[in-house]
Amino acid sequence: MSPLLQAQGLHLRFGAVRALDDVAIEIWPGEVVAIVGESGSGKSSLLRVLAGQARADAGQVLYRDAAGAEHSILDASDAALRRLMRADWGFVHQNARDALRMEVSAGGNVGERLMAAGQRHYGDIRAQAARWLERVEMDPARIDETPRNFSGGMQQRLQIARTLVTNPRLVFMDEPTGGLDVSVQARLLDLIRGLVADLDLAVLLVTHDIAAARLLAHRIVVMRAGRVVEHGLTDRVLDDPQHPYTQLLVSSVLAA
Amino acid sequence: MIAGYNFGYLDEATKRMIRRALPKAVAIPGHQIPFGAREMPLPYGWGTGGIQVTASILGPDDVLKVIDQGADDTTNAVSIRRFFHRVAGVATTERTAEATIIQTRHRIPETPLRAGQILVYQVPMPEPLFKLEPRVAETTRLHALADYGLMQVKLYEDIAAQGEVATSYNHPVMVNHRYLMSPSPIPAFDNPKMHRNAGLQLFGAGREKRIYAVPPWTDVRSLDFEDHPFRPVRAPHACALCGSEESYLDEVITDDAGGRMHVCSDTHYCGGRQ
Ligand SMILES: Nc1ncnc2c1ncn2[C@@H]1O[C@H](COP(=O)(O)OP(=O)(O)OP(=O)(O)O)[C@@H](O)[C@H]1O
Ligand SMILES: [Mg+2]
Ligand SMILES: [Zn+2]
Repeated sequence: MSPLLQAQGLHLRFGAVRALDDVAIEIWPGEVVAIVGESGSGKSSLLRVLAGQARADAGQVLYRDAAGAEHSILDASDAALRRLMRADWGFVHQNARDALRMEVSAGGNVGERLMAAGQRHYGDIRAQAARWLERVEMDPARIDETPRNFSGGMQQRLQIARTLVTNPRLVFMDEPTGGLDVSVQARLLDLIRGLVADLDLAVLLVTHDIAAARLLAHRIVVMRAGRVVEHGLTDRVLDDPQHPYTQLLVSSVLAA
Repeated sequence: MIAGYNFGYLDEATKRMIRRALPKAVAIPGHQIPFGAREMPLPYGWGTGGIQVTASILGPDDVLKVIDQGADDTTNAVSIRRFFHRVAGVATTERTAEATIIQTRHRIPETPLRAGQILVYQVPMPEPLFKLEPRVAETTRLHALADYGLMQVKLYEDIAAQGEVATSYNHPVMVNHRYLMSPSPIPAFDNPKMHRNAGLQLFGAGREKRIYAVPPWTDVRSLDFEDHPFRPVRAPHACALCGSEESYLDEVITDDAGGRMHVCSDTHYCGGRQ
């Protein structure tokens, strides 16, 4: 077996700010890797570079597709990235409104990726959308309502359904539970954990919620000021943190 | 032909520019080619794009037919026909089979075109995605990547809300299995006539400054779903004048008492059958 995604020597600057400073990371099939760190540490920048949504100033990102072919993400054309995003990957945004079409029904939102992938049977598309609504614990009877009618937590579920309906191999999630009530967050995390296990997904999860990382991730990468300061198996990093910054992160959670 | 105007009204430089755009449009069926549209002596919405295309392809031996909603005798059709008669001295006709160039708004004639004939459409809005994606740079990208899931979502929404696709006019088509195209606002009933048509179909949009084309015998498929196939809808009546059960019908009010009847929208076709 080889890694799905492998990145090395990533640098990204915004003026004087080093958003990424010599970052390396890899993710293996079926693995959940959490990227944690304080605000501004470069988590979202890393995710965007890995997903080809932002170009790093230097470094390399290699993605291996199901057929074993390698794609250099930093050199990939728009069309190639679009293909990967359509067929192999999914991206879950913190703000569901950034991902959903707010004037399109729940069924249309979930079905869009199927249609983009070439499916042309209305009944099948609708049936898959209904199944996915159930799978994210939404009432399939609401398939024709637009996301405007839904709570923040439901919008996030809908975004997850829309992302997973095409069976992606690798899903990028940027603070998928951010901005939601604590009780809603807990249910959503449970849901994500179930889906990830059922579908054998590889997930790169950005969060500054250490509890979420503990619940979901096999491995943790700790970032600070654009650098990876520590990485390892989740239990090891959280129970026996080596870097002083990680120790601080973990203890501040315990205190909270 | 009146003096003081160049043949066909347009200056030769403009015609050359449009003639350079036309082969590109023909070479990439359904793809919109920008061109530097000229101000014409009539307002946008009156077919300035179609008129410029016609003016650029017109030769002294051409025979021109102009229809508006299928009719040769509406004000718009009559003025455009007269205009070209005056500025180019070309022969005009109402007979579809006699014409070498047919300029049209909103219809395709019922009489099938033959090889060598050219149908010029007046197009108000060439971009089929504009209602779904208002950003021009993004629609250009979607075309480049043939990323048309969004258009299919719109059809999905129509069926989910109304049980059927709601576009009886301007139903989007895929041209040559590659480009999504707006068929100018013709009735969905006419869409199948675009498919493998023997004639050359040219589309001119004056305000948006775009030209596109469907070369002869090109595949033109109306977007649909396997289980909700595209249906070219027609009012379930016979023409009150000629009895046709095949042609596209207009409903016309006949008196103040609310009397109405259905008649062919293609007036020449109807007249020939009476
Ligand atoms: N487009 C941009 N222009 C300028 N600076 C940027 C841009 N994007 C990110 N930065 C800067 O890069 C650094 C890393 O930002 P990034 O968004 O990756 O952090 P983050 O870890 O995701 O933070 P948060 O937890 O707040 O989301 C920050 O200093 C940020 O201000
Ligand atoms: Mg962030
Ligand atoms: Zn008739």
